[in-house]
Amino acid sequence: MSIGHTLLGLLESGPRHGYDLKRAFDEKFGHDRPLHYGQVYSTMSRLLKNGLVVVDGVETGGGPERKRYAITDDGITDVQRWLATPEKPEPYLQSTLYTKVVLALLTHRDAADVLDTQRSEHLRSMRILTDRKRKGDLADQLICDHALFHLEADLRWLELTAARLDKLREAVAR
Amino acid sequence: MTPPAGSLLSAEQLRKAYGPTAALDGAEFSIHPGEVVAVMGPSGSGKSTLLHCLAGIVTPDSGTITYNGHELSAMSDSQRSALRRSDFGFVFQFGQLVPELTCVENVALPLRLNGGSRKEAERAALTWMERLEVDDLRKKRPSEVSGGQGQRVAVARSLVTNPRVLFADEPTGALDSLNGERVMELLTDAARSTNAAVVLVTHEARVAAYSDREVVVRDGKSRDMERAV
Repeated sequence: MSIGHTLLGLLESGPRHGYDLKRAFDEKFGHDRPLHYGQVYSTMSRLLKNGLVVVDGVETGGGPERKRYAITDDGITDVQRWLATPEKPEPYLQSTLYTKVVLALLTHRDAADVLDTQRSEHLRSMRILTDRKRKGDLADQLICDHALFHLEADLRWLELTAARLDKLREAVAR
Repeated sequence: MTPPAGSLLSAEQLRKAYGPTAALDGAEFSIHPGEVVAVMGPSGSGKSTLLHCLAGIVTPDSGTITYNGHELSAMSDSQRSALRRSDFGFVFQFGQLVPELTCVENVALPLRLNGGSRKEAERAALTWMERLEVDDLRKKRPSEVSGGQGQRVAVARSLVTNPRVLFADEPTGALDSLNGERVMELLTDAARSTNAAVVLVTHEARVAAYSDREVVVRDGKSRDMERAV
């Protein structure tokens, strides 16, 4: 999963401190693996260097400085490009796809579009495998079948998620 | 609007409602000769209604369907029926063979209905049954053959008139994986060899993987995934 894009997407709703970003990330996407503070700050400094975020304000107090980050237009374009580009079909995509769908809903983009684009990419792979299977021997057929069943499982998840988008939209808005 | 260049069958802005429910709400479609297009989407999305409109079985409330340069809505019912018999072939999920007829008589039936002699019709039927690997079933009745065999007989029947468009609505829906696969291989090979266009309605990705591209129907709207990119 791309932590940079996810944090950028979370910034779209408004500027946040690094700590808030970590908390929002953990709450929405980090059920099994919460982010370390170090990951947040190293990611933010990379985004800052690339012009995708700016420092919107700095709070000084008793403790360390707290920077507040805001997304730039280039940052929004970057999130858009990431959401619109399908993932290469490979095993264990679910956390990336889940993140994309939730971020699309959070930022009021078309989540069905993300799913459609990904389905199309999966089908493209399935066509190549199906063709290889038709022309191949039994060993080819068995190898291709294995890959086809895995892609099909992803696709079933995509279909089910598409059918549950309204519910997910409500859950995300809470 | 004009249909996309080179398309054999196309639809623009199709709308069709059943009572208060909009089955199609601005759907678009186009297919070229020799192309296999999968129509995908969840149950109730409007994909079968789209197929029925394209085949001239159901008349849309508005929108245009153009086949080979002619607008379907401008034709009379009898002209549309004639077109279905001469230019279109159909395969459905099940229940399509006439139980009283033998398999070869079933395959020959469309040619007989078009006025062909029994001898000629059955000769052509046998050629297609050989291609679909079911010629040994010619004297059997549908109740005496398996689901997979019966579906191959149905595919042979759908192709016996050399249709320019083959409409297949969940053609493997009632079959197990191996039989479904074989039916799809034979169906797409046969259609490609005659340059027929295939409109393939399916909700199964493994079946859609036999197509050249897919159109996704959701809430009565369609999205052509290749042209959308």
